[in-house]
Amino acid sequence: MTAASGLAVDNSVKPRVFWIPLLKDAILAALVAVFLALPLVGLQTYDIGGGALGIRTHFDWVAIAGAAVFAGRLALRFLQQLYRPRPAGRAKVFATLTAWGNRQVLPITLAGIGFAVALPFLPFSSRYLIDLGTTVLIYVMLGWGLNVVVGLAGLLDLGYVAFYAVGAYTFGLLARDLDFTFWEALPFSGLVAASFGVILGFPVLRLRGDYLAIVTLGFGEIIRIVLLNWAPVTGGPNGIGGIPRPSFFGLPFARSAPEDTTTFNQFFGLEFSPDHRVIFLYFVILAMALLTNAFTLRIRQLPIGRAWEALREDEVACRALGINPTTVKLSAFAIGAMFGGFAGCFFATRQGFISPESFTFIESATILAIVVLGGMGSQMGVVLAAILLVSLPEFGRAFAEFRMLIFGAAMVGVMVWRPRGLIAHREPTLRLGAASR
Amino acid sequence: MAYFLQQLINGLTLGSIYGLIAIGYTMVYGIIGMINFAHGEIYMIGAFISIIAFVVLGLAGVTYVPLALAVVLMTTMFFTSIYGWAVERIAYRPLRGSFRLAPLISAIGMSIFLQNYVQIFQGARVKPMPPVVPGGFTVFESGGFAVRLSYLQLFIMLLTLVLMIGFTTLIAATPLGRAQRACEQDMRMAALLGVDVDRVISLAFVMGAALAAVAGLMVTLYYGVVDFFIGFLAGVKAFTAAVLGGIGSLPGAMLGGILIGLIEAFWSGYFSVEYKDVSVFVVLILVLVFCPTGLLGRPDVEKV
Repeated sequence: MTAASGLAVDNSVKPRVFWIPLLKDAILAALVAVFLALPLVGLQTYDIGGGALGIRTHFDWVAIAGAAVFAGRLALRFLQQLYRPRPAGRAKVFATLTAWGNRQVLPITLAGIGFAVALPFLPFSSRYLIDLGTTVLIYVMLGWGLNVVVGLAGLLDLGYVAFYAVGAYTFGLLARDLDFTFWEALPFSGLVAASFGVILGFPVLRLRGDYLAIVTLGFGEIIRIVLLNWAPVTGGPNGIGGIPRPSFFGLPFARSAPEDTTTFNQFFGLEFSPDHRVIFLYFVILAMALLTNAFTLRIRQLPIGRAWEALREDEVACRALGINPTTVKLSAFAIGAMFGGFAGCFFATRQGFISPESFTFIESATILAIVVLGGMGSQMGVVLAAILLVSLPEFGRAFAEFRMLIFGAAMVGVMVWRPRGLIAHREPTLRLGAASR
Repeated sequence: MAYFLQQLINGLTLGSIYGLIAIGYTMVYGIIGMINFAHGEIYMIGAFISIIAFVVLGLAGVTYVPLALAVVLMTTMFFTSIYGWAVERIAYRPLRGSFRLAPLISAIGMSIFLQNYVQIFQGARVKPMPPVVPGGFTVFESGGFAVRLSYLQLFIMLLTLVLMIGFTTLIAATPLGRAQRACEQDMRMAALLGVDVDRVISLAFVMGAALAAVAGLMVTLYYGVVDFFIGFLAGVKAFTAAVLGGIGSLPGAMLGGILIGLIEAFWSGYFSVEYKDVSVFVVLILVLVFCPTGLLGRPDVEKV
């Protein structure tokens, strides 16, 4: 079916390039590009004051777009015709890489963890880098949490940020109204988020994959709208501020402690530095993320983990074997939500301030993109994708404007070229006989 | 009573717009069984193209309103259709036959891409649009509350009606519509019998985009403001409309659209404006949980 485009070339014959259809095809593509770009790129509206709009023309950009598409399409088709007989080549490179990666899992993991632990103490490390590392780790943790739902159980959750928000707000409210500290609130954040997962999941988990995705999206939005409008409790758009920072076994990070408490630096006889807290936060999220990972890796070996994977592969067969899909899905949903809640609690304590703005759909999409780009179900892939997506825009500020654009394009690109993920793909842990596909 | 009538008129107007978008969802779902998540973005692009066309016409000195409307309608439909076609060609066609969630993820990516594309090239600010069709008349008056029906609302409802009749005829009585219905029933069999399936699918996207473009134009006229983010909510609402009416069913999409418009109008009229979006999501969840086939849909039998 895939050979529908272009012309068939016999493998034994020296590849020939058919220039006329090639050019025709490229011209057509360029024409489409010009038509696409003409209204939205070529005619830019701008305010001229008084509620009226003016137009700036950018026909040069349209021409550039056309030319670029022409050249790109021509090159692509040309290469395709030239190298048609070996479509497996690229796949083979990836397969070899993946196979190598699979054999070296332990050394790579250890090296990665070692690097993550050593990061704050490396000579080139800076406060900025550790902050960035903390952000990356939050996304790694969220990615691993969502991976339980999407990667293992195969349920597409577009509202994962809801649980992140629930975790953050649980801590925010407990801290504001009941003076809870981070460590006291952490289990509650996870618990409340997991209960939300059960409450939200229970009625809808019977639905088919794509319906479920849209409904979870709806839940995410409902939670955000409620947080935004239920001002007496959630503070509305102003959010909740003054959330306490975590302490090191009861030792706060502060320049001067209130009476009868010792600060972290006093206890260890160090000179006070604001970096201590940043480094501590980094280690907290590192530990939380690694625990998430360890938990996931372990639960994958348990019957429930096996059931998730089996359900992802074939729901009808699972039902025939007596697995109750609703319970199994619900457990995946709740556990994923719990990790989201933990991460949310950490987010709240790190920022010290939360508002509904941090929990928009785009956040859900980002987490989903991390899971998808990494290869659904692959733990290592999530790490690589999170590093890529979170830190890339940091390196070029000019790039930041195009961040989400590239994001979207990358999601489409990965689905088109490597639907099972850019970096790796998790095969079922167990499989009978030879792979069926 | 008068207040009720006013909300009814507002709801019907809103519902017409949702219905037009919902057709795009339901048609694509009927044929290839995927949720075209980027459809809301297509509608947003339609709204932008229409506002650009209005500004260009204004600069060109066209002041005769019916002519301006007709020209804008045509250009918007034309350019937006190309977007619909291109989205299918780039993001969905290569994924046919891939695992079930792949097109949905690709569609989410496309949706993010289009949003940011418009934001980068047209700016993140809200685009204002001066009223083109002013005026209206009082339908009914009681207790000092006048029920107003603006010419614009009338125009929106009438245009929707005309488009619906035209579209239904297209599906029911032309070779293209026949091919479309054949693909909906059994794509492989239709292909064996000589229906060009790729072309039918492309045309479904083109038609869906053209109708979404009209909806975009209507919203531009109705609200007078457009920004790059309108596609998301409108998309979800229209999808809810499609599901409520029974996904895959064309009259269902229109019916669902009008119901969603009414629900939204009455909710904001009688309960709270802040939670009007919640009302739509709640309807979506309730319908999917209790009646997943919708009002006019056919039951979906899962086969091994």
